[in-house]
Amino acid sequence: MSPPRPSAVLSGAHFMDGNHAACEGAIAAGANFAAGYPITPSTEIVERFAARAPLVGATFLQMEDELASSIAILGAAWGGAKAFTVTSGPGFSLMMEHIGFAAMTETPSVFVNVQRGGPSTGLPTLPAQADMMQARWGSHGDYEIIALCPNSPQECFNLMIDAFNFSEQYRNPVLLMMDESVGHMTEKVVIPPADQINIFPRRHTSKAPSEYLPFKPASDDVPEMARVGEGYRFHVTGLTHDEHGYPSMEWQTQQALVGRLVGKIRAHADDLTRTEEKQLEDAEIVLVAYGISSRVALWALQEAREEGLRVGLLRPIVVWPFPEKRIRELAQRVNAFVVVELNYGQMVREVERAAAGRARTILVPHAGGAVHPPESIVKVLREVGSWA
Amino acid sequence: MKKTWEIRIAGFGGQGVILAGMVIGRAATIYDVQYVTLTQSFGPEARGSAASVQLIVSPEPVLYPYLTRLDLLVAMSQEAYTRFVRDLEPNGMLLFEEDLVRLDDSRPGLKAYGIPATRLAEALGRKLVLNMVMVGFMVGLTNVVSSQAARQSIGVSVPAGTEVLNTAAFDKGLEYALAVTGGAPILAAEGVVPPA
Repeated sequence: MSPPRPSAVLSGAHFMDGNHAACEGAIAAGANFAAGYPITPSTEIVERFAARAPLVGATFLQMEDELASSIAILGAAWGGAKAFTVTSGPGFSLMMEHIGFAAMTETPSVFVNVQRGGPSTGLPTLPAQADMMQARWGSHGDYEIIALCPNSPQECFNLMIDAFNFSEQYRNPVLLMMDESVGHMTEKVVIPPADQINIFPRRHTSKAPSEYLPFKPASDDVPEMARVGEGYRFHVTGLTHDEHGYPSMEWQTQQALVGRLVGKIRAHADDLTRTEEKQLEDAEIVLVAYGISSRVALWALQEAREEGLRVGLLRPIVVWPFPEKRIRELAQRVNAFVVVELNYGQMVREVERAAAGRARTILVPHAGGAVHPPESIVKVLREVGSWA
Repeated sequence: MKKTWEIRIAGFGGQGVILAGMVIGRAATIYDVQYVTLTQSFGPEARGSAASVQLIVSPEPVLYPYLTRLDLLVAMSQEAYTRFVRDLEPNGMLLFEEDLVRLDDSRPGLKAYGIPATRLAEALGRKLVLNMVMVGFMVGLTNVVSSQAARQSIGVSVPAGTEVLNTAAFDKGLEYALAVTGGAPILAAEGVVPPA
């Protein structure tokens, strides 16, 4: 798979919102196929992609719904494309089956969720971060997921490229978990020259068709893909399958396959972990926040520091796999984690699990529809500070 | 030292409110190297004919993306004025389209400056460019962004082929502002230093 044409990359400084930046990130990553069904607040991503597609040699299909969109990109990926889809709210629920299919068939693919208030139709135009556990556990069966959370339009661009790269490297669906605030805010976005963008190429096999087994893993648990139309025969199914790709209903096949699907991500959790850390050196209280909430939490951190509270911030950028090792380390020496998220308690469960009772874990919840008032976070920090 | 500005530009659909915000934001962050976060009003609050764009312009990275106070309100309709004037800080500043907004006595002592932006735009040949007249007025009165940055921003923000007209509209607003102030930005007396 060739890197994007330099002419496709809009190198330079721009003033654009997170949704448009995510689209440009996809194009810079070499995405040449998207399928989608418009849904607020994600629509601008594919709207822009549809406009840009003829200029960059890509294809956009507007599908009849999210089920069709999410399976179309997987078909496109097997046909050789780098493909993504975009959704929000109820659309994300509808895509769950095909996220599992992508995991089972090891199809490189990127799913973007610009999170809005829920449940159900909820608040279509307003922010939330309430799909974080659905991102991890939404499809049935055992699988692992990779998910990233940008907190600015610049990061929407950057992390979209990372999402594509991870999806190729691990042959796994990757989720870009945005939120309405980040998607709709406009800031400076710097797009580097095309030759400075690292692209992880598709793992194409160099084996002869007669020797190729489509689901036989290479050394790092990830199998290679065949180029269509070059004489390779392969079968792709959501059924439990052997190294030939053929269905097999034996528990041994299930164990080998599911063990590998889970293991190929878990074994690389350290490689995948990415966090931003602020003032943790002397921190007694650690704010944990991601996406838009991390910016509001940083504001609260600064206010709390002015009052003499020793507060730090840990921002998971890759949220799945969860940076549990880092939380475990910090739990040995800090008093408390204060988790700020636009939901009624999702990632806080992971923090609490990793802290394992060594540090207290406090949630600052918010039902979504707005971001936390910074003062509401400062208030909690003051209270937690007074416990010591 | 420059300060953080929290700005709302509001009016009704078709006045180019969002584009005015984009021009200011792009000028500040691409050409004046400040940090800017721009948000638009989405959802029920933006339905009907109302349009509003919010900007935070700061020498520091912007953390909280929404307005926490209002330093500068640019009101291009009566509704925008009525709805948002009470949000202005005590030392805040109101710029308004004087043919479309009638001030009431709800905020006595407010620093308020009117401009017949629509008429000035019409005199240039197109009513549509009233937003750039307003941008010029804003730049002349406040130095939120430099006039040089604003001109560069207009050049890349407006539809191709309309750069000259839009820049003329900007200059008209700037000229009107300088006539009001006698050449100095009004807020310079309060610690806002014009960009070098």
